[in-house]
Amino acid sequence: MTDTRVAARTGTAPRIGESARRPDGAPKTSGSFAFSSDLWHDRMLWGGTLRSPHPSARIRSIQIGAAVAVTGVHAVLLHDDVPGQKEFGLEHRDQPVLAGDIVRYEGEPVAIVAADHPEAVRMALEAIVVDYEVLAPAVDPMTVEEVEPIHPDGNLIRRIHLRHGDQDVVGDVQVEGTYEVAMQDQAFLGPESGMAVPADDGSIDLYVATQWLHSDRDQVADCLGLEPGSVRLTLAGVGGAFGAREDLSLHVHLCMLAQHTDRPVKMVYSREESFHGHVHRHPAQMWYRHHATSDGTLVRVEARLVLDGGAYASSSSAVIANATCFAAGPYRVPSADIDGAVVRTNNPPCGAMRGFGAVQTCYAHEAQMDKLAEALGMNPIELRLHNALEPGDELLTGQTITGTAPVAEVIRSCAEHPSAAAIALDPMELPGGAGRTAGPEDVVRGEAFALGFKNLLFSEGFDDSSEAACRLEGGVATITSACAEVGQGFVTVAQQITREVLGVEEVVMAPATTATVGSAGSTSASRQTWMSGGAVKEACEKVRVQLLERVAAQQGADVSDLVLVDGRIVSLAGGLDIDLAEATAEPVEADVVFRHAQTWPLDDDGQGNAHVSFAFSAHRAIVDVDTGLGLVKVVELTTSQDVGRILNPMQVVGQLEGGAAQGVGLAVMEEVLVVDGRIRNASFTDYLVPTALDMPPVEIAALIEQAEPGAPFGAKGIGEPPSISSTAAVAAAIRVATGLDLPRVPVRPTDIVFPEGEA
Amino acid sequence: MTIATSLEDACAALAADPDSLVLAGGTDLMVEVNRGSRRIGNVVTLNRVPELGAWRRDGGQLRLGAGVTFGEISRPEIASLLPALAQAARTVGSPQIRNAATLGGNIATASPAADSLPVLVALDAVLELCSSAGRREVAVADFVTGVKQTCLLPGELIEAVRVPVLDGPQEFCKVGTRNAMVISVASLALLVDRGSRRIRVGLGSVSPRPLRATAAEEHISQRLDWDTGGHPGETAIGEFADLVAGSATPINDHRSSARYRSHAVGVLAGRALARVLEEVAAT
Repeated sequence: MTDTRVAARTGTAPRIGESARRPDGAPKTSGSFAFSSDLWHDRMLWGGTLRSPHPSARIRSIQIGAAVAVTGVHAVLLHDDVPGQKEFGLEHRDQPVLAGDIVRYEGEPVAIVAADHPEAVRMALEAIVVDYEVLAPAVDPMTVEEVEPIHPDGNLIRRIHLRHGDQDVVGDVQVEGTYEVAMQDQAFLGPESGMAVPADDGSIDLYVATQWLHSDRDQVADCLGLEPGSVRLTLAGVGGAFGAREDLSLHVHLCMLAQHTDRPVKMVYSREESFHGHVHRHPAQMWYRHHATSDGTLVRVEARLVLDGGAYASSSSAVIANATCFAAGPYRVPSADIDGAVVRTNNPPCGAMRGFGAVQTCYAHEAQMDKLAEALGMNPIELRLHNALEPGDELLTGQTITGTAPVAEVIRSCAEHPSAAAIALDPMELPGGAGRTAGPEDVVRGEAFALGFKNLLFSEGFDDSSEAACRLEGGVATITSACAEVGQGFVTVAQQITREVLGVEEVVMAPATTATVGSAGSTSASRQTWMSGGAVKEACEKVRVQLLERVAAQQGADVSDLVLVDGRIVSLAGGLDIDLAEATAEPVEADVVFRHAQTWPLDDDGQGNAHVSFAFSAHRAIVDVDTGLGLVKVVELTTSQDVGRILNPMQVVGQLEGGAAQGVGLAVMEEVLVVDGRIRNASFTDYLVPTALDMPPVEIAALIEQAEPGAPFGAKGIGEPPSISSTAAVAAAIRVATGLDLPRVPVRPTDIVFPEGEA
Repeated sequence: MTIATSLEDACAALAADPDSLVLAGGTDLMVEVNRGSRRIGNVVTLNRVPELGAWRRDGGQLRLGAGVTFGEISRPEIASLLPALAQAARTVGSPQIRNAATLGGNIATASPAADSLPVLVALDAVLELCSSAGRREVAVADFVTGVKQTCLLPGELIEAVRVPVLDGPQEFCKVGTRNAMVISVASLALLVDRGSRRIRVGLGSVSPRPLRATAAEEHISQRLDWDTGGHPGETAIGEFADLVAGSATPINDHRSSARYRSHAVGVLAGRALARVLEEVAAT
């Protein structure tokens, strides 16, 4: 790309590298932002869902007569009423839209109702009589492969047995450990909600908060028995996502009710319902053995990973691929045997959440690295540096890193960053916080370090392309993309990219809808800045070329002499200076589909060039622990991250802080408590996420900028790494403070007070 | 709905329909309504009843209207007289919740995890109840009869809470698995009562009803030198903590275990006692 900035810039709107403010920031702060739960239609009905109270049961019969008779009820629909395909799913269509003769998890939708008032919906749901034959749920992921299948597809969703290098290698020093990660929730604030509006021609409009419009549309259309073009899906205001909106929830239900009643239908989940209505992060049980030479060189890693996928597959297959491929962390490991399995149980379904399989294994491999450092008598930072991946190194999959991998820089900058935190005097700032349970004399301090990485973009041969269109008219650029803005800041970045390429000030973002443009792929896998940002960049570049060619032809100028700068078209040789608004009175348009470098499936040994790119991050955590009560205060969190190139500094900080908060949450408090298949804490009263008193300031030691080949402007995705190494660092710091093994996160007060167990 | 503007109105409305829901701050009630576990019939609102929102000092007593909010209790005017209650108030929810939630509501909900009850039981608080039939007084310890159970009769309201203003430092500590905005896993109020030469201890979340650690109180009160404020020794503090832990009758639930709860109130007892002794020594 030629540099278009030949003259001093006159425009003020932020471009690449500047902290553009999010257009949704002020409306969300002031309460005027329209979330999907704010959708309204004068003729609308309210929808509701009857859910299974049992984790496992056979449905003998369902009687809806009394529900239909409730005043104001317009529809009561069951499994047999699903007009098209009865099942949906991101990777495997294995999840019923409405349960047929069996329910496989607590909260599984069994019936749906539309009525003219939420109270009528409630009464109708209560009036539906379901005769269940309750079955013993299969809830232990470690043994579920041996029991009777709970689904026609079997109890194993996917196993990858990765074998890399010489399998007979044995290290001078070996360390072994067993680790467990509990179920985490994405804990977004905006519950599932949306509205379906039927059209006269039998087509339907669905307005919903989601992460991937076209995937939703295709699944919805299949379940409705419609052509994809007959379902128009438009993004409604999203109140957080973090992976929990990648699967369908109320989508097909809304459309069925709207079609059946020929009225718009709105549905909003309650908070409790929301905990049952979306997937969670996979709980993991992991065994590891690391082998190293006596000088600290890793020679082999063995691991057995079991992830609990819950009742349905969701994105489990991709999650276990990540967990397996990145099981050893960002280290050179010439020999590995990693057996990764994700299984089906009658627990709540698990799927995508920020970090996607790499969070669980990072917690384990970093605990192992600390254990190894101790066994070797080596500084844990030195051990990590000694084994850190570099460009040109091979991953466990045999894939060579061809892009950037500034792992040593990430480690050094984070580890060397000065720390200022003294132990607080005010009980409010100590473990226990507002409860004022500890004084300075009651706490011990710990400091530790963790390193993590994961892939960017989709893997294993998946072509997750993104389409975008740019239209430049009257000096104003309009960008059309179906990229779901879920709070990550794509809208801001797309505008910055457009300004950078076209030299315009005003950039309008057209609504994200399947009606006007092809798929942008999912807002997940840290991929949208790269993929949809890349599509926007290419579309704008195409517009620029077309425009300059047109002007060159009109003016009899040499196109290579023309540049677009700050709302003008000027010739480098001088003499030509045309206002962009005039030059684009007749619009210029371009539409592109952007693709990343091809990847390939993993072979039977888990080998292959399956991934596009990788991003690395490190966290150093300092914690104060009240060992008497087992309470923890995370005092300081310092991070360095490999970001490729910074497009919007403020948004980078936001991602690093937000991701770290979710990581701190998993380390010390966040857990969906599931007992015998039942969620015990489906509320924000009891599912705790960090408050301002729990979350320390995030010190950014360094953002390592090494442009990534193939990425627009060299920018890597930044959303996930912050939630990967943060949990591991906090857990390790508590380990240092207490001297305990702490083989499970979240670390509970009882794990510290009664390390030998509760009994 | 009856928007009561006087106590008389409120009592009359409740007498007319004793099944009415009573709405003060709404921070407990609306959670139940939103969760669907409580349906709304007739509602009597109390937040515009001026008598309920008032408080005053009568000599050695403080009389708090049931509608006084935790926000008000945490501010210096009341906090200087009832420091432990103020500290308990500061641990209730978020600032928004504290601005709405009332003392009377917290008592009437009678949750084992209620933040005000350990303090009130340690203060031997007396509740003034009223209805269209008249008034009566009940000790807070007798008012709560079980988990979310009270002796409040149909048509009856909590009008006010009377507590003594004690001479001596006070502590309230609360354990939760988050540093703020958390339901209590275990809590303890420890009050020095120089007038009657007694350490008073109230416990929360470790029994169906708010609990006084009577044996522990007697043990430590006898071992303190009330004239000099001298330290009773680590052994006595340890014994005190063990007696407090032993007085708890907690349960296992999704928030914690019985064993941890007993352990925690013991730890809190030792720390709170050390703190008040330090304060006594400094004065």
